[in-house]
Amino acid sequence: MTSTAVPAAAEPAQKKQVRNGASDRSKAENRLGQKLVAPAIILMLIVTAFPMIRAIWLSIYDYSLTAPDEREIVGIGNYATALTDPLFWKSTGITVLYMVVTVAIELVIGFIFAMVMHRVIFGRGIVRTSILIPYGIITVVSGFTWQFAFSYQNGFVNGWLPFIGDDFNWFGDTTPAVIAICISEIWKTTPFMSLLLLAGLAQVSEDMVEAAKVDGATWWQRLWKVIIPNMKAAIMVAILFRALDAYRIFDNIFVMTNGAEDTQSISFLTYRQTIEQFQLGMGSALSVLLFLSVLLIAFLIIKLFRVDLAQARQEG
Amino acid sequence: MKQKIGIVIGVVLILLWCLLPVAWIISMSFKDEASITNGNPGFLPGDGTFAGWENYRAVWDNDQFRRAIWNSIGISLIATILSVIVATLAAYAIARLEFTGKRLVLSMALAIAMFPVVSLVGPLFDMWRAFGIYDTWPGLIIPYMSFTLPLAIWTLSAFFREIPWEMEQAAQVDGATSWQAFRKVIVPLAAPGVFTAAILTFFFAWNDFVFGISLTSTEAARPIPASLAFFVGADPFNRPASLLAAAAVIATIPIIVIVLIFQRKIVAGLTSGAVKG
Repeated sequence: MTSTAVPAAAEPAQKKQVRNGASDRSKAENRLGQKLVAPAIILMLIVTAFPMIRAIWLSIYDYSLTAPDEREIVGIGNYATALTDPLFWKSTGITVLYMVVTVAIELVIGFIFAMVMHRVIFGRGIVRTSILIPYGIITVVSGFTWQFAFSYQNGFVNGWLPFIGDDFNWFGDTTPAVIAICISEIWKTTPFMSLLLLAGLAQVSEDMVEAAKVDGATWWQRLWKVIIPNMKAAIMVAILFRALDAYRIFDNIFVMTNGAEDTQSISFLTYRQTIEQFQLGMGSALSVLLFLSVLLIAFLIIKLFRVDLAQARQEG
Repeated sequence: MKQKIGIVIGVVLILLWCLLPVAWIISMSFKDEASITNGNPGFLPGDGTFAGWENYRAVWDNDQFRRAIWNSIGISLIATILSVIVATLAAYAIARLEFTGKRLVLSMALAIAMFPVVSLVGPLFDMWRAFGIYDTWPGLIIPYMSFTLPLAIWTLSAFFREIPWEMEQAAQVDGATSWQAFRKVIVPLAAPGVFTAAILTFFFAWNDFVFGISLTSTEAARPIPASLAFFVGADPFNRPASLLAAAAVIATIPIIVIVLIFQRKIVAGLTSGAVKG
């Protein structure tokens, strides 16, 4: 009893000293940490936050670069014009269509690819090397590749598909043009999806799958009851990343149709207003709307699927 | 047995998926330019329309394209090196130090990775012209750095968390100076991560199109993807498809070389950066 009383009396003083030492140390650590991340933060802010604030500012003006002196404040006029314009809603609709179609197909194909890559032993290096080629290829090159492939003059797709005439023009109507654009997009980005899913598959414990097998679960049951629930975090992160990326679709449309046949996405519309037609005021309003819609989608996906990004990246 | 057959079929499908379009664009680049104008359908060049290296020679003799290659290599390399240096500092702090604002950095990086790039080009176009860096190398290097930082920071902090940092102290106890401990112990352990981040950053910069077409107006800084999209031959109403194909193949060669050499590193980086397993 007495032996515990003595240290108990001495402890507060000692503890205080330690805490003081620790707080000096942690203050220094705090400062060093903030100094080290400062350059990264400044760089990220220069190119995003600052222009975004400027976009909000410009969006209340009727401001065209071709007539800079006639700039005048129109308040929410640009937003009202955009939101009541059928072209805006048409572009938004087609963008959502691109996003839903490509992400859904990529998820299925990417999952199959991930399963194959997870199991394959012989030729693993070749498979992984090949899958990185579409990932690394320039999107513009992918756009050209598929545009030429679908061309009735010089391509091969019409010749290979039995139910399509040799002179069918894929870029003459909305539906086939959208299909062609989606195929180029899916071809290029499925590898990324499959690599994210492969990382998720690697987290599923083999013992658990084996145990389910011993208990008599069929392959299909093992897939839906054991494998998929255990890699849910990886699937959700893959969907989130790809969905937001797909919503920004631009390169393929620019190269393959240049927005013709109602294929233009919301990014493409914004680009046209700002860079091609020099309507900085209107373009900025569209930029803000595009930014808000991306935020909304991110919010919806995170809430709807309860994506826990911190957990997925193992951050406490 | 049944599973084995399934995997073999799967492998064949993956290889076809990845390589067939590449084979196609290569085949396209060997079609004779004159035959393209009249129409030359089919996967392989038709009879008597094999052009040999003619298209490649024509592309290489094109000053604009050569200039674009030079721009792309220069801009992408500089952006990669600078971005990786800045990201290494930040990732070290995130992986090793406790400081307020850590979560802020990570959320900011995440937000930027999801940012709609197009919504920035309008204001940036305006700002860059005011600063006098529109249509210059720095005008592209700065946005490339900012947009590759999130990926580089994630990849690097994931790698840095795995490094057994006690080894540095152990080396010092064994008589190494701080510099020796850093150079001989920490650098070799951290190098693979830094290298992987650099490859992924380079891919991003090499692939960018939106900044490339919006923030340049002449060949002074226009990178390859933008140059390809604006490539017009002698006849503006008929795009020189096989020349474009040859140019596209040339633009893809660096990517294929990098993928062939660094396959393992890229896969590790992609999977550790996005979903830390």
